[in-house]
Amino acid sequence: MVSPLTLRELGILGMNNRNIGFIGRYNQRKNYSQADNKLKTKSAAIARNIPVPELYGTVDYQFQVSSLSDMLHNRDGFVIKPSQGSGGKGILVIVGRDGDHFVKSSGALIDDREVRRHSSNILAGLHSLGGRNDSAMIEALIDFDPILKDYSYEGVPDIRVIVFRGVPVMAMMRCATHSSDGKANLHQGAVGVGIDIGTGRSICAVQHNRVVSQHPDTKMYFDKLTIPLWQQVLELASGCAGMAGLDYLGVDIVLDRLRGPMLLELNARPGLAIQVANQAGLRHRLLAAEKIADSCDDDGEKIALARSQFAAHTS
Amino acid sequence: MINSRIQIGLIAGVLIALGVGLTLYKAVSLNLPLLPGEYREVWTVESKTSFTPAKGPVNVELRLPASLAGWVILDEHFVSSGFGFSIIEASDAVSTARWTRQSLDRPTTLYYKMQIYRERSDRALPNMAADVPTKPLLEADQQAAMDRLIDRIAEQSSDNESFALLLVQELLRDSQDQDRLFLLSSYADDSLALILDTLATANISAHELRGIELEDGRRRQTLSSLLEVRSAGQWFVINPQTGRVGLPANFFIWQRGDGAILNITGGRNSSLEFALVSNSLPAKAVLGMEQRADEFALLDFSIYTLPVEQQGVFKGLLLIPVAALVVVVMRLLVGVKTSGTFMPILIALAFIQTTLLVGLIIFLGLIGTGLWIRSYLSRLNLLLVARVAAVVIMVILMMAALAVTSYKLGLDQVLTVTFFPTVIVAWTIERMSILWEEEGGHEVLIQGSGSLLVAVLAYLAMSNHWVEHLTFNFPELTLSLLGVILLLGKYTGYRLSELYRFRDMAGK
Repeated sequence: MVSPLTLRELGILGMNNRNIGFIGRYNQRKNYSQADNKLKTKSAAIARNIPVPELYGTVDYQFQVSSLSDMLHNRDGFVIKPSQGSGGKGILVIVGRDGDHFVKSSGALIDDREVRRHSSNILAGLHSLGGRNDSAMIEALIDFDPILKDYSYEGVPDIRVIVFRGVPVMAMMRCATHSSDGKANLHQGAVGVGIDIGTGRSICAVQHNRVVSQHPDTKMYFDKLTIPLWQQVLELASGCAGMAGLDYLGVDIVLDRLRGPMLLELNARPGLAIQVANQAGLRHRLLAAEKIADSCDDDGEKIALARSQFAAHTS
Repeated sequence: MINSRIQIGLIAGVLIALGVGLTLYKAVSLNLPLLPGEYREVWTVESKTSFTPAKGPVNVELRLPASLAGWVILDEHFVSSGFGFSIIEASDAVSTARWTRQSLDRPTTLYYKMQIYRERSDRALPNMAADVPTKPLLEADQQAAMDRLIDRIAEQSSDNESFALLLVQELLRDSQDQDRLFLLSSYADDSLALILDTLATANISAHELRGIELEDGRRRQTLSSLLEVRSAGQWFVINPQTGRVGLPANFFIWQRGDGAILNITGGRNSSLEFALVSNSLPAKAVLGMEQRADEFALLDFSIYTLPVEQQGVFKGLLLIPVAALVVVVMRLLVGVKTSGTFMPILIALAFIQTTLLVGLIIFLGLIGTGLWIRSYLSRLNLLLVARVAAVVIMVILMMAALAVTSYKLGLDQVLTVTFFPTVIVAWTIERMSILWEEEGGHEVLIQGSGSLLVAVLAYLAMSNHWVEHLTFNFPELTLSLLGVILLLGKYTGYRLSELYRFRDMAGK
């Protein structure tokens, strides 16, 4: 246990403070759907020339589920996800085929029926915020950068950047593990690696809120990790803030081998575990970001100021 | 932000002050004690006389109870819209309410409401002159059977009391005695009439004692009868259903002696039912009500002025804000994860009906079995809505099975399973099983035990005697609760769970 005074000194942002002081204050309710609905996010991103994984198609109605196999017949790898899912729920990743069966990212085989059942559940709102009826979207499989390959087990690692009023404030890479079932979700046991805003190098890694030094499955040490194309990642993150109209935003980015940083999804209520992965509190940085945002309008300037002010490595 | 902070502060301050102020006013000027001191159990009895009118004038006469055996009537109300109404004081202790009307065209219910409480704990009945028993006119074979029965019982008894007691027990016993069976069947199983006739034949003074068994929350209680027997210059009360001697503490006597309680001319299908609610009232307040019943009603804005059935409902409703506060505190200040924001309140409400331990066992049993069945259903590839509906039906079937088996086993307490809101249980099962698939059993355990913990705490808060006293007697405190909850809604500090969650940060 820590005393609340220590947490306050460290500038740790608590759940109540996040909800009232930042999400409630800066994010307008009407703009939530921009982040919650991945189809909306995607079309807005395409309109702004922000790279996103290719959309193969959507399933909006139950009757379309039966013709799903026709839609997929020439695709080997794809991802089915609810367009309004939360917390990485309901994402089915197919990496290939084996005869009549599909191969999941974990290597497990599933048949046609299983894929259809998954889609029906998505349509019924099983994985969605508030259990609303939803539509399923089918996306291209991400061919992620091989540099990051050894840091993630059976799943795509993504980079979460917290952006406040256009200023990147904190970042972490989320690495899937065996216990997270290939999902990059910290709740489910993925490893969060804090990334230095200044350099793109790793700071510290945590799993289940505890500090770890190496990946539990691939045994890679995280201290050697440096995210390539860091400036581009930050530019992408900053650009999304204006697009979504949300001042306190979590931007999830993947690094594609050929296309570089791509926007995966936006989160209007980004979690707090990123603070543990960075071994730093958000509050002080958010206050500093507020000053940066007030002092300049240009995204490039904001990023430059953020990179110098929020750098952890002084070298 | 600052603005909304001030607004909330002002509103909350006014609400809290209003609640506390009204409470203090009532405490000081109406002498309602803030602490649950000495209590009187005050029963509100509402009699409902229903009938279908025939053609022509209607005349309804209802014998009114007298204060007997330590009971005192505090307050009486008659509802008689459209009827002529009068109270007839026939003799010293007997009064009758009479409703009259020239004609009536639809079934009607007449209400008479009173508040009673037990002033003295001794249940002695005033002595009453014994009337000479009039022997019934019987058929020859009935007479013979009855004589044989009397002879047999008289041999074993020493006085009138033991005779009556043995007679009651004889009739209650499941024996194959020919006389007993014959007499019972010739009286159409009306054992009380048989007992009265037998006692009269044996020349023992006896009469019926009619009244209500007081049971909290009953809405359709009917009159029940006890037997009063004269023996050695005294009266003894015997319960003909159980054979116990003495007046039960929860029996309120409506009429002592023979004669009809309800007399309706110009109507048919009449029925007399009672709705009962018991309130624990501070002794001081009860005395006040007795002394200045009218004045009190004007000053008091309490729930007591409502009809009985609504009082019972509000007694429970007023506790819900307390449970809501528990949920808010546990979620915002402590940071307990619950499945569904207010599901713990509903579980806690069910616990109040079932008692805690039984409730917990039933709830866990239902959820556990439900999860197991649900995991099978999920393999059948059903659409979500149909699956939830199927789980609802499964839950109802499980409840029925549980109720039937427990009843057969004699575990009456498990019958309270019906108090669990079916849809809530079904949704809980559905959500838990989704959680299981999505996040694993660990998360189910965390959220499930979180919900149960909050539910148990809410239950403990709601069943606390002091809390019950305050919410029912000072419902304006709910405003203060609202104020506190509004303030908590603006709390931006750390949650207790976060002190643990971020424990690794301090090492840096």
